[in-house]
Amino acid sequence: MKKKILLLSLGWILVSLILAGLTFNMALGAYPERPINYIICFNPGGESDLTARLQQPLLEKVLGVSVIISYKIGGGGALGWSELVKAKPDGYTIAGDNIPHIILQPLIRKETGYKTEQLKQIYCFEFTPDVLVVKNDSPFKSLSDLLDYAKKHPGAVTLGGSGSPSANSLGVAKLNKEAGVDITYVPFTGSAPTIPALLGGHVTGLMSYSTMAIVYKKKLRPLAVASEERFPALPDVPTFKELGLNVVEGAWRGVAAPPETPDEIINILANAFDKVCRDDKFVGRMEAMGFQVVHWGPEEYTKFVQKKTEEYKKILKELGLLK
Amino acid sequence: MGGKNHPFSHREGKMDGNIYITALTNLLNIKILILIFLGAAGGMVAGALPGITATMSVALLIPFTFTMDPIAGLVTLGAIYCGAIYGGCFSAILINTPGTPSSIGTCFDGFPMAKQGRAEEAIAGATTASVVGGIFGTFVLLFLSPFLADQALKFGPPEYFWLGIFGLTIIASLTAKSIIKGLIGGMFGVLLSTIGIAPIGGDVRFSFGQPALQGGVSLIPALIGFFCIPEVLNMIGTAHKITQRIPLSKKRKGVFLSTAAKVLKMPVTLLRSMIIGVIVGIIPGAGGNIANLVAYNETVRASKHPEKFGTGMLEGVVSTESANNAEVEGSLVPLLTLGIPGAPPAAVLFGALMLHGLRPGPELFAVHTTFVYTFIISLFFANIMMLFIGIFGGRMMARAISATPVKLLAPFIVFLCIIGSYAIRNQMLDVVTMFGLGLAGYGLKKLGFHPGPIVLGIILGPIIEEGFVQSLLIGKAWTIPWTIFFVNPISVILIILCILSASWPFVSPKIEKIRDNLAKARRMKRSES
Repeated sequence: MKKKILLLSLGWILVSLILAGLTFNMALGAYPERPINYIICFNPGGESDLTARLQQPLLEKVLGVSVIISYKIGGGGALGWSELVKAKPDGYTIAGDNIPHIILQPLIRKETGYKTEQLKQIYCFEFTPDVLVVKNDSPFKSLSDLLDYAKKHPGAVTLGGSGSPSANSLGVAKLNKEAGVDITYVPFTGSAPTIPALLGGHVTGLMSYSTMAIVYKKKLRPLAVASEERFPALPDVPTFKELGLNVVEGAWRGVAAPPETPDEIINILANAFDKVCRDDKFVGRMEAMGFQVVHWGPEEYTKFVQKKTEEYKKILKELGLLK
Repeated sequence: MGGKNHPFSHREGKMDGNIYITALTNLLNIKILILIFLGAAGGMVAGALPGITATMSVALLIPFTFTMDPIAGLVTLGAIYCGAIYGGCFSAILINTPGTPSSIGTCFDGFPMAKQGRAEEAIAGATTASVVGGIFGTFVLLFLSPFLADQALKFGPPEYFWLGIFGLTIIASLTAKSIIKGLIGGMFGVLLSTIGIAPIGGDVRFSFGQPALQGGVSLIPALIGFFCIPEVLNMIGTAHKITQRIPLSKKRKGVFLSTAAKVLKMPVTLLRSMIIGVIVGIIPGAGGNIANLVAYNETVRASKHPEKFGTGMLEGVVSTESANNAEVEGSLVPLLTLGIPGAPPAAVLFGALMLHGLRPGPELFAVHTTFVYTFIISLFFANIMMLFIGIFGGRMMARAISATPVKLLAPFIVFLCIIGSYAIRNQMLDVVTMFGLGLAGYGLKKLGFHPGPIVLGIILGPIIEEGFVQSLLIGKAWTIPWTIFFVNPISVILIILCILSASWPFVSPKIEKIRDNLAKARRMKRSES
């Protein structure tokens, strides 16, 4: 009798363990089994939208489920990210995120609705460095021409850009500090309005993104690029560093998930994005539009965000913008 | 202008009849024609639903175009754009809610016409005007694009500032009865527009600690709230007194043809409104939403009976609908020639082109000439399809709405309002905003505050603020920064327009008097001789 009970209990425990193990595997092995919601926090037709749409068909192939692009627009992305951190951490809701936006916003605003650390980074796939451009027929043929003029006429040189504060505005702030000039930054809501402002001669130049410099190649003359090394699509344009100015700034785009999302799911997504972002056609299209494709997994991206947070805290303090 | 960088310089010396024929043959293909038809019809339905804007309609359908070749995809999206802007008139006329912000002005006279049982006439007028506007716009796009695009570049921050101020002066004609109330409404609208992130500096204003308010007051929920909710409440409030339905004109045959004839007999109104529409569309960042309001304003000012507007004047509907459809093609002018979209739906088309691997701009014209011309000419077809769909669909919609008793109609409309407000940004806050502003709008209406100025304030606030601050920043380079507002000849023209527009309610009665006196003098002379 006792033997039977013992055997039965052992059997019971064994079965439970096996079932538990199976369920655990099922919960992971089954991801993803429903469509994934890919939130874009900016306007349709914009760069964040375009890159997501290029990724979407490839992601669907790799993950085997539909990837639905939805929009949560407002507050420069803050509305979308504050929704993301509240979403269920089951891997079925992810959002595109942008540096420096996700770092600058909580540092500068009181109630963004999310904190930089809450966004669990999955993957970073592109970098667009700041590029200082002037019109094709501008008298300034090189950066030193522009800076000489700026030194002689403080406040006379205006550089338009997208957003305030943003990668563009910080680029100008860094340039002012490094070169000892007083260039006025004129913010526009988005990169699109900066182009007619420059072409119509209303601003001297733009501190814009590499994408704008490529798309409007025939009308713009890039003077310098704010990346560590020369930008592949603009091989003849010197970097600020080459010219002796330590100005490295730009925008990075990646994807993030809600804070408690399990690491296994993050890794599945990261691998999927990695496959997609190494696809030749994808890379080709991105580079043709002026993006530099990068391949940073979760750890690399998270470390990068932390590094940039420290850097921006310092700059903002100097500029007196820290809240 | 001209020279090597001119978009059309590759054509110098060549006879271009061939390009039009090639483009036409591309389009006379059953598949393409069906796509244009579906696009126009789909766009109309989307545009008629308050809350689904033209921008959203185009954006939502981009993925469907991935499987098509670029020309078919673009032609479909263009048809959707045209259809959506036209479709906004339906809800504006039938339930006093602009289906898209481009039809705000259509409510002013369209809805009173519907209340008088002239809904079919209003829809017929709006349809004819939209089609005429669209065809005019397409001709402009076809022949005048490069020149106009160059002119649009001359608009800088100071000009946008004055354009916004000019927009605010429209308030004066919208509310001739009580300009003070109109101005207060307008300023209230501007105040509402400041909620959220400042365009310059990025600080958060008036969020009361709520992260969701960082996004500010979205235009569509405000539109739906201010225009629709008070009418629904009125409808419910008076349902027991009058007949339970929105009155429908007796089944008169030939309403459409007779109205179309009336519309075509207003060439001056049409031309004035269409030109305004094209100009507003060409200026990037003017938003496109204000084309119909500026056109309406100018029509009222030029009319011999300005006080009749707002009571159901067909001319009012004609001016707004022709302007907004001309604006569609206007916004495509800078897109196709410079690669700069003139309005948000054009920005989505820009994205669609990029996704198909085509970069809008002068290179597109030079390298893919046939493609561009095929696209432009497809807009003619889209507009003609709109005419047919409008003739049949319009009557059906008007009948359907008026056949529905209030107790079914009111909840249905509220349902549409909720969905529409939510659909914009997937925010519950927008639905709350819609109801809140709706109730406020109901109360304000009773106190004599028209919703038009408030909504104008919401639209123009950001344009004015950005223009102002950007101008001052640029003006730092000038010895006296303020001079930047007065140097450009375009600024001067705009300032004159502002003064004219603002002073019109005061000046026009005096002009009327002078006119009457002259007429009397002439009559006396005639009776003497």
